[in-house]
Amino acid sequence: MSGVLVVLEDRGGRIRNTSWEAIAAARKLGTSESLTAVVLGAETEAPAAEAAARNVGKVIRAEHPLLAQYTADGFAAALHQLIQEESPAHVVFPHTYQVRDYAPALAARFAQSLIGDVLAIEDGPVFTRQLMQGRLTGRYRHGGDGPCFVSVQAGAFRADALAAAQSASPATIETFTLTIDPAQIRTKPGEPFREAAQTVDLASAQRIVSVGRGIKEAANLPLIQELAAALGAELAASRPICDNGWLPMERQVGSSGQTVAPKLYLAIGISGAIQHLVGMKGSQCIVALNKDPDAPIFEVADYGIVGDLFEVVPALTEAAKAVKQ
Amino acid sequence: LRSWLRADCQNDHKKVVERKKMKIIVAIKQVPERDAPVRIAANGKEVEERELQWAMNEPDAYALEEALQLKEKNGGEVVVLSVGPERVGSTIREALAKGADRAIQVVCDDLGPRDALGIAKLLAAAVKPENPDLVLTGLQSEDVGLGQTGVIVAELLGLPHATLILHVEKTDAGLTVKRELEEGWFQQIELPLPALLTMQSGGNKLRYATLMGIKRAKTKELKILAATELGAKSSPVVVLEQIALPKKQKSTQILGGSPKEAAAALVEKLKMEARVL
Repeated sequence: MSGVLVVLEDRGGRIRNTSWEAIAAARKLGTSESLTAVVLGAETEAPAAEAAARNVGKVIRAEHPLLAQYTADGFAAALHQLIQEESPAHVVFPHTYQVRDYAPALAARFAQSLIGDVLAIEDGPVFTRQLMQGRLTGRYRHGGDGPCFVSVQAGAFRADALAAAQSASPATIETFTLTIDPAQIRTKPGEPFREAAQTVDLASAQRIVSVGRGIKEAANLPLIQELAAALGAELAASRPICDNGWLPMERQVGSSGQTVAPKLYLAIGISGAIQHLVGMKGSQCIVALNKDPDAPIFEVADYGIVGDLFEVVPALTEAAKAVKQ
Repeated sequence: LRSWLRADCQNDHKKVVERKKMKIIVAIKQVPERDAPVRIAANGKEVEERELQWAMNEPDAYALEEALQLKEKNGGEVVVLSVGPERVGSTIREALAKGADRAIQVVCDDLGPRDALGIAKLLAAAVKPENPDLVLTGLQSEDVGLGQTGVIVAELLGLPHATLILHVEKTDAGLTVKRELEEGWFQQIELPLPALLTMQSGGNKLRYATLMGIKRAKTKELKILAATELGAKSSPVVVLEQIALPKKQKSTQILGGSPKEAAAALVEKLKMEARVL
């Protein structure tokens, strides 16, 4: 058992950035020569070529017509065969919705447990991940025999360093022969769709005022709307607000909603669970307003106010109006 | 002849109804209440449990809601299942009060050192003899947040599964579910039964327990199983060595004073220092 297998994810034939981040994370577990990048699908030539240029030891194409559309059964079966053959010490994934869907089952097939959503990897190796919605962090170690399965959080490892270290000659590309029986795939996935045409483009907003559970009820929303208007900002929300139907889903920021990077992101009554942070931590200036001084949102904030939003927001609206005049 | 036809029709209808009836197991977890201040225990490996308030993990509450709605539409039975120490009983009673028919508790006093595989083995061992049509659980817990227990239970029981599900429709062939993808995309998935689904929040509106429900809950069956009886070993492959406070990623300027002073200071900073206004 040696080396690191990195499972890359592509969308429409292009490797996604989170997968390059997974390679950056894998470099903490081995040299670039020890890394094997895996691309899965029905047609993997283009993503394999893309991966081969990223300073890895080799690239494996796990190709099969039954992998044309993602299914947990198909992907788990394919990687099960590949990992048995390659026998790596570590298997690294980007922590995407797709990986969350099959990697735990795959790990269980090896009597392993995935160390999911990892933020940092230190010598040991010791893997750090969040607990209690980001209020605490836990340091984990892999104990048993068999491969150690790890998925890494989006944005936690820098892919740009990798781009700079692109190898002069591309890595060798191998093809792995898979045996998948159609009967193994028990689910029938449909084509992805969107609910309704997007009418709000938060991604291009310069300023965003975002609201979370702290607002308590829908009747209090006008308070936030007034502040957004005074700042010339778009209104957004964390997931629970949209779950409750207080604001439409298209205004949701986070892993299941939109990813934004405005000049100003003002988070009001949002504790800052990671699902929200991944959608906004690239903002230029982050302001947090929360009654809990230990809320994880303050970890990414440039400015913070600890206080009651029902007192602070009206004062902010006044101050913003005054400065705009 | 006409009455015979009508009877036959009714029989057919009955058969359809029978086919749609499902036995659903909902796996729920008790977690610290969301706003509860958390402290690290003296051993540095656990959250201090004394003085903590507990609640039903919110995604699991959505799983329970979906199960109750499926039962209301199609008939059948809803069984809640939870692993944990004695305190878990209060969350089980809440689920019974909301309308679950009966409950199973796997009593286990050492949840902390068990990894996701260890917990999933206990759940799978408790589910297996029940032979359910459908197993539902939340997509992740709000405390440890591993988001994999349901998927591993499906793997251990050999069931097809789907995750991040917002809506479940019973069909003649099995289920059609609506799965959330990233960035506002969705997809439909068809699965045969029996199956396991992990539920995303927001698909339904959560119900409250009624007074009548709370009263009825006291008479409902609660089966107690001991973790040691289920034969699942607890030696983990993944070990939580230490819990710590998170490292700050940025140095935050906290603006103090009265609400008015803090607000004025912030607007000044945003204009003059950050230059974003």
